[in-house]
Amino acid sequence: MADTQNDNSFVEFERVQKSYDGEVLVVKDLNLQMPKGEFLTMLGPSGSGKTTCLMMLAGFETATHGDIRLDGKSINDIPPHKRGIGMVFQNYALFPHMTIGENLSFPLEVRKMGKSEREEKVKRALDMVEMGAFGNRRPAQLSGGQQQRVALARALVFEPELVLMDEPLGALDKQLREKMQFEITHLAHNLGITTVYVTHDQTEALTMSDRVAVFDDGRIQQLAPPDELYEEPQNSFVAQFIGENNTLSGVVTKMEGDKCVVKLDSGEEIDAKPVNVSNVGDRTTVSIRPERVETNKERLSKDAHTLKAEVLEFIYMGDIFRTRLRVGDSDEFIVKTRNAPDQPRLRPGEMIEIGWLPEDCRALDA
Amino acid sequence: MSDTTGSGPMLAADGRPLKESLGRALRRQKLRALALIAPLLLFVLLTFVIPIVSMLIRSVENEIVETTLPGTVPAMAAWDSSTGEIPPEDVFQNLFFDMFNASEAKEHTKLGTRLNYENTGLASMFRTSGRSIDDIGEVFQDAIEDIDERWEEGAFWFEVMNGAGGDALVAERRARWEDLTDDSMAGDLGFTPSQAIIDLLPNTAAAYTDFAIWTVIDDEDVVAEEDPWEAVYAALAVDLRDPSRTAAIAGYQGAGADALQALSAAELPGLTFTEAFAELDEDWGKVDVWQTIEVYSPTYTPGYFLNSVDRELTIDGVQARPENEQLYVKLFGRTLWMSLIITTSCIILGYPIAWLLANLPVRTANVLMILVLLPFWTSLLVRTSAWKVLLQQQGVINELLVWLGFVDDANRLILMNNSTGTIIAMTHILLPFMILPLYSVMKTIPPTYLRAAKSLGATNWTAFWRVYFPQSVPGIGAGSILVFILAIGYYITPEIVGGTDGVFISNRIAYHISRSLNWGLAAALGTILLVLVMALYWLYDRIVGIDNVKLG
Repeated sequence: MADTQNDNSFVEFERVQKSYDGEVLVVKDLNLQMPKGEFLTMLGPSGSGKTTCLMMLAGFETATHGDIRLDGKSINDIPPHKRGIGMVFQNYALFPHMTIGENLSFPLEVRKMGKSEREEKVKRALDMVEMGAFGNRRPAQLSGGQQQRVALARALVFEPELVLMDEPLGALDKQLREKMQFEITHLAHNLGITTVYVTHDQTEALTMSDRVAVFDDGRIQQLAPPDELYEEPQNSFVAQFIGENNTLSGVVTKMEGDKCVVKLDSGEEIDAKPVNVSNVGDRTTVSIRPERVETNKERLSKDAHTLKAEVLEFIYMGDIFRTRLRVGDSDEFIVKTRNAPDQPRLRPGEMIEIGWLPEDCRALDA
Repeated sequence: MSDTTGSGPMLAADGRPLKESLGRALRRQKLRALALIAPLLLFVLLTFVIPIVSMLIRSVENEIVETTLPGTVPAMAAWDSSTGEIPPEDVFQNLFFDMFNASEAKEHTKLGTRLNYENTGLASMFRTSGRSIDDIGEVFQDAIEDIDERWEEGAFWFEVMNGAGGDALVAERRARWEDLTDDSMAGDLGFTPSQAIIDLLPNTAAAYTDFAIWTVIDDEDVVAEEDPWEAVYAALAVDLRDPSRTAAIAGYQGAGADALQALSAAELPGLTFTEAFAELDEDWGKVDVWQTIEVYSPTYTPGYFLNSVDRELTIDGVQARPENEQLYVKLFGRTLWMSLIITTSCIILGYPIAWLLANLPVRTANVLMILVLLPFWTSLLVRTSAWKVLLQQQGVINELLVWLGFVDDANRLILMNNSTGTIIAMTHILLPFMILPLYSVMKTIPPTYLRAAKSLGATNWTAFWRVYFPQSVPGIGAGSILVFILAIGYYITPEIVGGTDGVFISNRIAYHISRSLNWGLAAALGTILLVLVMALYWLYDRIVGIDNVKLG
């Protein structure tokens, strides 16, 4: 990884640890650098430490050990209100006793800004989120999506360089959420703000971010752009957590450069790409994305290993077919195929042969 | 598609109008709901609404003068109270018969007590007059019996008076007795006054009927076997003295006609009732006594309310009471002012505790909550008495201050038997009523608001004052209303630690209910207190808005 003092570190965590009770570390040895203008998502299951990291960055929690730097300066001892970081909360936290305009004006007032300047900035921020007409309403009179926009405008109105978002779309319905995802990324990129976004929704993370940090057990499991994360997961947790995934376990029997052969526990052999395995005899979990499984044997190379599979269930989903198979020991093996004219519709009980390109099947840690 | 058929009302599936069907379907639900709340409704009605209404009525009700003096009050209508002269003989004559009946029923002292509130001395005047009212009648009785011995016998009287056609008179006199005693006077008398006697001797007939009703119904004796009351002889003398009746008596043919004619011809005592009453008690000759009776003769009076605000009703209209008797306005003012101080101290002391309760971890908060609720498990009397131990001059607080050297031994603080004591003890006792609503409101304010405010650049204080505090105002409102209204009607604590400077209006109300027995005044004071609280509530609603009050 890059050196601590380079241009790419607008936000920087260095060896940060956090414990609430002195017995358990919630965050274990966190190292992270973020360049200016990046949209970074912290993704992970609940209890993985992602929100704690965000709170430490915002200043509501103090790091037990380590250094957090903003623009090269350590902010460990700076109270939250002096950090100048915008924040969007899970339930928006719009002040219910103030109008929308007053909510937006609040951060400017505490900065002792003049009235005319304040009004201008509030108006500009509201227009930016297309809420210009709502300045005199109270938060309770707005819909969830509208409140979300206002919360966003409020976090941006005082022009912070860093904005933190703590699962801001969690309370919205699916359609609205997708629309807001698009709007937030757009806004962040247009304004060139650095954004740290926390979510447990992997689709959200993949669609919005420049980079995603996958958290588990207090550590970053993988920090990579979305496509890399999806296609080249570094370990089985990431592979499982991001997207749908088929796993089979076995032992490496042959290593040839970036290809290996894995003997499954059921006795069959398959091709895989070694990622976390280095020696013959290592136990491994291989991971194959459902859409990369090939059911048409003609499309595979002649010497490719194939597996026999029994169709258990065929689900018609419109644009795709989803087929559940019994492969080896697993009867949860999923295959996704595009709904194309030449695509056969399998029937339960049918026996087929499946295979894949060796680079699509990743041999990860057991 | 429309469900209406043509232009008629919407119909249900069975052809009945839909509205009717719906009403029928809902009626059962409504009845069931009503049955569920019926016990509470009944309880509230019986123990809350009815007592309040009865209090409201009692504060203006003044029937006692009219029912005790049913003849005198109408007779006084002809008297002009502003001339400075006492009423004419006619009024005194009515007063005699009214007082005679009242003293038989032992009701005259109650009237005396009632009028004594307005004019001190009337109680004893009524008491002594009632005791010797017989003396007036005896003058006439002796004279009549001297002329003809037959008048000594009850049987002869019965023969003279009994007859037919006097049912209306019986009903009228019976109603008067019932008003006077508040008891039922129903029952067979075994006597009906003769119409001829009623026409001939109206006063005698009325007095004898009064005697008959009381003898039969209350004493359970037989009319014919009892000697009439002295009042009956007096009534006979009044009738015989009237020159306009002389001719009619001379022509009378009924029973005892000869005895009546003999009496009519004879000389009877010329004693006037005015003189007779002056002899019983010289105060009857004073104009102000009669003015008091005149002013308080209507069935309803504003007198109690005027007393409650240090005014009194006189013949010249409403006037301020003498300076040294003014009490209530000051007391109302003090009650309001001290309740306000107590409410304010409860806010100041309760706010931080409620905040702690709402923000500490659950386990610690629970322990703290028990400490807050602990006083509720102790008797109010015990808590107040404990304050007595703490606050007295040789008490714990003073001893501690002296020991620490803050206070000189000779100048111990006077913390009790004054308003300080009341404020300290009541603040403590009412504190939970402030903390609990505050707590329940604060519990609903998510901590993210404070975080949001800080992330937007607010200091701790600004975040609290601009974001947290405004949202806790409904709790302050609810707590304040609760504490203020409880404080304004508080009784036990001011009674025990308040001394004379620290008592509330409620202590005065209690005094009038249990000691002076002036229930009318107590009711008027209570009504004013009720109206005051409701007015403050209205004011609060106008200023703060009752929607902004949350109990949780």
